[in-house]
Amino acid sequence: MSIISSPAAPGQDILNTIEITENNEVTFNPRGKIDVMQANKSRNQILPAIIFLLPGFVLFFVFFLGPLLYSFRISFFDWNFVHPDRSVFVGLQNYTDQLKSPIFQRAVINTAVYTVISVIVKMVLGFFVAVLLNQKLRGRTFFRVTYYLPVITSWVIVSLLFTYMFSGQGGLVNYFLKDVLHVIDKNIMWLADPVLALAPVVLSDIWKGVGWTALIFMSGLQTIPVEMLEAAAVDGANWWNRLVKIVLPMMRSTLVFLLVVQILGGLNAYVSFQLITGGDPMDQTHSILTLMYRATFERLDFGGGAAISYLLTLFVFVLSIIQLKLLRKPAGE
Amino acid sequence: MKRSQSIFKILSYTILVLGLVIVAIPFWYMISTAFKPQTMVFELPPQIWPNPSTLNNFIKALTTDKFGLYFLNSTKVTIISTLSTVLISSMLAFAFARLNFRFKEPLFYLLLLGMMVPPVMLIIPQFVISHWLNLYNNLWGLILVYVTMNISMQTFLLRGVFEDVPKDLEEAAMIDGGSPWTIFTKIVLPLSRPGLAVVTINSFLYSWEEYSWANVNIGDSANRTLPIGIALFQTEHLTEWGQVFAASLVALIPVVIIFIVFQRYFIQGISTTGIKG
Repeated sequence: MSIISSPAAPGQDILNTIEITENNEVTFNPRGKIDVMQANKSRNQILPAIIFLLPGFVLFFVFFLGPLLYSFRISFFDWNFVHPDRSVFVGLQNYTDQLKSPIFQRAVINTAVYTVISVIVKMVLGFFVAVLLNQKLRGRTFFRVTYYLPVITSWVIVSLLFTYMFSGQGGLVNYFLKDVLHVIDKNIMWLADPVLALAPVVLSDIWKGVGWTALIFMSGLQTIPVEMLEAAAVDGANWWNRLVKIVLPMMRSTLVFLLVVQILGGLNAYVSFQLITGGDPMDQTHSILTLMYRATFERLDFGGGAAISYLLTLFVFVLSIIQLKLLRKPAGE
Repeated sequence: MKRSQSIFKILSYTILVLGLVIVAIPFWYMISTAFKPQTMVFELPPQIWPNPSTLNNFIKALTTDKFGLYFLNSTKVTIISTLSTVLISSMLAFAFARLNFRFKEPLFYLLLLGMMVPPVMLIIPQFVISHWLNLYNNLWGLILVYVTMNISMQTFLLRGVFEDVPKDLEEAAMIDGGSPWTIFTKIVLPLSRPGLAVVTINSFLYSWEEYSWANVNIGDSANRTLPIGIALFQTEHLTEWGQVFAASLVALIPVVIIFIVFQRYFIQGISTTGIKG
C-alpha cells in the first residue's frame, strides 16, 4: 500500500499547517486549521480515494445503477430474453397495458389497503407499547427482547406460520373463532377468498412489525425531557393533554420517519404476499411486486414486469417528495 | 397520586403480558407443531405440548431434501457477503469521511440512491445481467448482489461513525509517515468496533434471510439457500407442516443466538435500517 502515499509529504503538510496557524495566532480556531490542512491534503488523495472507492463503486455500477437504467430500457420493449437484439420497441404500451389491466388495478388496491391498515395499526400499537416500556418496570428488558423476536424472524418463516394458522380446516384461527369465541358457525376458507386472503398477510405484517415501531418510538420518547412532562402534570394537564400537547409535537420527526419507512415498506410488500396467497385465487390477491414477479418469470413478459416496477417507483418518488416537504416544514416555521 | 400510579403500573403489566401472549402464540404453535407426528398436525383442540411428541420431523427435515446442503450454502453466502460488506462499505465510508477528492459530494449522493430503491424492484435487470456474467445458478450471484444491496445503507451508517473518530490521532499517524491505508486499518477501524458490529449484524440478517433474489437466481436444487429450501418444503410436502417448522426452527437458531449475544448492537442496527421483506 506504500505506493499510494509519499510518506514525507503529509507530515510536511501538518508541520506547515501548525506553523501557519501559530503565526496567525489562530491555533484555538480549529476550522481555520482544518481548511488549510484540507487544501494541502487534496493534492495527495486522489489515488487513495480511487483505491478506497473502486471495489464498492464497481459493484454499485454493475449490480445497482446499471440494472436500474437497463430495466428502464426494458420497460419500453416487448423484450426477448433469449435474443435481446430481437426485442421490439413498443413505446409506452407496456405502461398503458398495465394501467388498463384489472389485475394490476386490483394489485394496486390490495397494496394500498394492506399498507394503510398495517401502518396505522403498527403505529398505534407500537406507540402504546413504547409508552408502557418507557417506564421503570421490572422485566423491561425481557419484554423488549420478546417483542423483538418477530422482527428478527425471517419473512419466509413468518409467512409460512401465518399460512398454517389460517388453514381452512383445522387451523388455529378458525378454531379460536368457531370453538372458543363462537363468532362463526363454520370454518372460513381464508386463502380461497379474494378479500379474506389479505387478512393473514396484513396480520403477519402487524405481528412482525410492532416491535420495530415500538423500538423507534422508544428512542423518540427518550428525547423528551421528563421535567417538562412533570411540570405539565403539576400544572394540572391530564394524561391526554400531555400526549397531544407535548409528546406528539415533540416526536414529530420520529413520527414522520416511521410513517415514511412503513409506507415505503408496505408498498414494496413481496415475500408475505408471494408465500401466503401467491396471488390466488384468480390473481385477485397480488401485491404490486408479486404481480411484477408473475408477469416476468411466469408469463415471461419482461417489458411488462419492468413497467410495473417503474410505476411503483413513480409512486415511491411522489411519496418521497411529500416526505421531504413534511420534514422540511419545522425548519421554516 | 401514589395509588393512581400503582394502578397504572398494574394496568401496564396487564397490557404488556397480553401483548406477550399474542407474540408468543405463533411461536409456541410453530415449536409444538415441529414436535407433532404428521397425523396430529391439524388436530383440535390444540394441545399445549403434543402427546405423543416426536423428533421425527427434525430427523426427516435434516436428512432429506439436501437440507444440510442448503444450510451449508446459506452459511457460505452469509459469511462471505457479510465480510465483504463490512470491508467494502468501511472502505467507502473511510473515503467519504476522511479523504478529499473531486466529486465527493455527488458520488456520495449517487451511492445513497441505493437506499431508496427497493431490492425486489431490481430483480428483472439483475436476472438479465446475472445471465450475461454467468452468475445464474451460482452462489456468487447471490453474494455480489447482497453486498451491492447493502453497501449504500451501511456506508451511510459507517461514514457517521468514522467522522466521530478524533482527527488528532490521524494527524499524529501522518506525522509518523502513515499512509491512508495504515490510518484506516490501525486507527479508524479499531476505534469503530460498535459501528462495525452493527453493520455485521445488518448484513448477516439480510444474507441469511433473503428470499426474493435467491428464488430468482437459483434454479438448481444443489445451490439453494435455506429460505428457498424452507419455502419449497411447503409446496413440495404440502401437508408436512411438522417438517416445515422443524426446518424453520433450525434456520432460526443461529439468528436467535446472535440476537441474544449481541442484543445491544442488534437493536441499534435494526433501528437504523428497518428490516423489510
